[in-house]
Amino acid sequence: MSLAIRKNLKTAFFSALLVVAVAYPVLGLKLTTVGIKLEVQGASPAVLWTIAGCAIAMFFWQLFRSQLNAAWSHAPKLPSLPAQASNFLTLPSTQRWVILGLIMVALAWPFFGSRGAVDIATLILIYVMLGLGLNIVVGLAGLLDLGYVGFYAVGAYSYALLSHYYGLGFWVCLPIAGLMAAFFGFVLGFPVLRLRGDYLAIVTLGFGEIIRILLRNMTEVTGGPNGISDIEKPTLFGLSFDRRAAEGMQTFHEYFGIAYNGINKVIFLYLIALVLVLLTLFVINRLLRMPIGRAWEALREDEIACRALGMNPTVIKLSAFTLGAAFAGFAGSFFAARQGLVTPESFTFIESAIILAIVVLGGMGSQLGIILAAVVMILLPELMREFSEYRMLMFGALMVLMMIWRPQGLLPMQRPHLELKQ
Amino acid sequence: MSRPILEVSGLSMRFGGLLAVNGVGLSVNEKQVVSMIGPNGAGKTTVFNCLTGFYQPTSGSVRLDGEAIEGLPGHKIAQKGVVRTFQNVRLFKDMTAVENLLVAQHRHLNTNFLSGLFKTPAFRRSEREAMAHAAHWLEQVNLTEFANRPAGTLAYGQQRRLEIARCMMTRPRILMLDEPAAGLNPRETDDLKALIGVLRDQHNVTVLLIEHDMKLVMSISDHIYVINQGTPLADGTPEQIRENPDVIKAYLGEA
Amino acid sequence: MPEHYHYLQQLINGLTVGSTYALIAIGYTMVYGIIGMINFAHGEVYMIGAYIAFIVIAGLTMMGLDSLPVVMIAAFAGSIIIASAYGYSIERVAYRPLRGGNRLIPLISAIGMSIFLQNQILLAQDSKDKAIPNLLPGNFVLGESAMNGVVISYMQVLIFVVTFVVMLALTAFISRSRLGRACRACAEDIKMANLLGINTNNIIALTFVIGAALAGVAAVLLGMQYGVINPHLGFLAGIKAFTAAVLGGIGSIPGAVLGGLLLGLAEAFGADIFGDQYKDVVAFSLLILVLLFRPTGILGRPEVEKV
Repeated sequence: MSLAIRKNLKTAFFSALLVVAVAYPVLGLKLTTVGIKLEVQGASPAVLWTIAGCAIAMFFWQLFRSQLNAAWSHAPKLPSLPAQASNFLTLPSTQRWVILGLIMVALAWPFFGSRGAVDIATLILIYVMLGLGLNIVVGLAGLLDLGYVGFYAVGAYSYALLSHYYGLGFWVCLPIAGLMAAFFGFVLGFPVLRLRGDYLAIVTLGFGEIIRILLRNMTEVTGGPNGISDIEKPTLFGLSFDRRAAEGMQTFHEYFGIAYNGINKVIFLYLIALVLVLLTLFVINRLLRMPIGRAWEALREDEIACRALGMNPTVIKLSAFTLGAAFAGFAGSFFAARQGLVTPESFTFIESAIILAIVVLGGMGSQLGIILAAVVMILLPELMREFSEYRMLMFGALMVLMMIWRPQGLLPMQRPHLELKQ
Repeated sequence: MSRPILEVSGLSMRFGGLLAVNGVGLSVNEKQVVSMIGPNGAGKTTVFNCLTGFYQPTSGSVRLDGEAIEGLPGHKIAQKGVVRTFQNVRLFKDMTAVENLLVAQHRHLNTNFLSGLFKTPAFRRSEREAMAHAAHWLEQVNLTEFANRPAGTLAYGQQRRLEIARCMMTRPRILMLDEPAAGLNPRETDDLKALIGVLRDQHNVTVLLIEHDMKLVMSISDHIYVINQGTPLADGTPEQIRENPDVIKAYLGEA
Repeated sequence: MPEHYHYLQQLINGLTVGSTYALIAIGYTMVYGIIGMINFAHGEVYMIGAYIAFIVIAGLTMMGLDSLPVVMIAAFAGSIIIASAYGYSIERVAYRPLRGGNRLIPLISAIGMSIFLQNQILLAQDSKDKAIPNLLPGNFVLGESAMNGVVISYMQVLIFVVTFVVMLALTAFISRSRLGRACRACAEDIKMANLLGINTNNIIALTFVIGAALAGVAAVLLGMQYGVINPHLGFLAGIKAFTAAVLGGIGSIPGAVLGGLLLGLAEAFGADIFGDQYKDVVAFSLLILVLLFRPTGILGRPEVEKV
């Protein structure tokens, strides 16, 4: 046996053994509590065979690795879009029409959809808004914020508390929530933004967790683990969408003389979310074409070069951080309005991770990509209800795979074409 | 020319046990081209880093037009008109050439949030002027055709020119070039020499350079400082340096 | 209880917990020292080690092998081996392909891996707490009585002894052995080490394995101490261990030990003052304070950035 094959054989055995070591103890054996004692039970034969199968597959893959890689590179590539079509798609005028068309569809669609579908769409819109907001911080400015959910919580609880203690309505609280979140962003960002990337990530993670723990423990003010409920839903110029209006208020269907239909409330919430998202997209698009947007990107690329050109990195980072926080605040207050109830458990680190996954999957910096990613990440688990348990597992795996295979995301950011005036 | 625009004395930089720069002094007059030469590892880039605020010097004084700037952070020194290039070109590689030039003008642009949001006339004028300025300089360095290409895709010589153009966007008083001719062929080096001349004569920029290309250094410099192992070895006009026995012994082979 | 006994008790408790934090923290600090990245998934490796330990203990008990030394040694062996397997695999799968280049990308991959591992256990083993009885009951009492003295449980003594032995072994390995020297060289200057012929890929893998093994040891100790595990253990343990590593100076092994002990003490006394539910806030706040005011930690060397 040649040396190469012997080495491959050793590697193959080792890799297969590794698969068994990693998979069998935790997947093949299950800790179950029987009465008061803890016992170990074997898993189903299906699981055991799968583990064995993976080990064997790994064995052969390692053994014939070089041959397999060679075969793979000779495999026919996926046909790419013909040049003409691709050019057409990136023309600014085409994109403008496409966007206009999409907006028309988005506005008209809910009147023909089912209540459940519109509800999911509203949820997707919330995540789109969160994704776009985090995109400013992570995708554009390159600051890894793992505590973004903290600003989301600030926005949600701002509306909840103002509604609960002062009876203020949604439209009044929306800007206040954004400002509160922005304020938190500024105060928290100020001391930490000079830290290096990985340290910044952990510190923001810490902040997010501290906010959640404080909200959970300050029971007299925030309702503790039970949170705050009975939050008022938004009204349309004072018209409420409930079946029966509160004292002194009129309902939407009374005013327009139509029958009460539960779906109207859902459609109204959807439309509010849509308007918020469109505003967010507008603001961000403008920011990208302003000096501050360019500064964010330059900072992400090379902070040292920025300093050498006279740009103050801390101020630039702070602006991205604060603005991103503001959007989370807006999304948070809408979330509170939609749910009617806020609890600290809605704002765990997992939420931050999901939003980060949306930004990363979509393509850091790319707005269209983020919209697509939000749709995929939220819609898919809803469609595949049987697999909903596996949702987070797939998120995790997807994040790893995306980084290895396509770190620039599904729809990488396009650079704008700037006309030179001669 | 009363007072030198840049006066450095007793500059020292210590990293733990290593004394990288030991008592370096410079005096640069306005519109001069001054070169710093010395064997590799002599501490020249460290001197640059100290002058431009990327390192905090252990001791010494740096005066820009009489004003002490040692110890200030990098971006503050750059705001005062002292900008630099880097040994490994530090362009914003994923941004296009023209975007690189626009970013560099950050401090001179209308950065008002509401103006930008609603595209007020003031904002649009500011952007137009920035674009014109960028276009003008792209032409100056012969890179107009690459305006919308990502900076990372340009050839090495083109990247170096772009980096210098980007520095000029900030309307600097002193331009520090760290080995600008490294990796350039003779023709590109001649173009560089011409460019430096234009910067000095037409744009009133004082140029301080670190270089190894002796031909370029001798032909373009008004004054040369020689540094060896962090310590000043000699300084003078090109002719004086050429004849200086210490310099010849330390490292000058052929002039 | 007289004041000084109370404080002494808190001291003992704090140092005990702290030494286990130290074991986990070493994993973070070694990996950071050699490739400059935070191994976000390290906490989950610890959690998996705990599950393996429980499986071994429950399994052996079911088979009738009740003798404590056998069960403990088996638990240690199982936890160390499987945790090491995980440590190695994680490095190969999620980090090695991403080495070099943007620092954000490996960090995101690490977060993804952490989520994946946590949910893998969540699905395979369900989210309920799993409990084992106290295998090592009994205490030493210093002073007059349990109420009027300091209580040190046998378990706490075991924790001290094991962590001490492990630290000793690790120190001997790092400073005396050839591989340990190679580890130090790579932590100092990995490019140079590579040029000198050291197989840096193997050394990096070894670093992950050592870190994981130590986390496995900590998992057994803490599992036996607290008697309860669930899949969410890893996240909190990871953050705290990371805090310890940063506190002591990331990249420095003695720093990780010092940081772990200090964190343990801070938590014990913090819980005393603010109440038990704010224990975690103490850890997070300490982390933030350290990173704000002394990012290099107590024993760390200030880093000069290369321009």
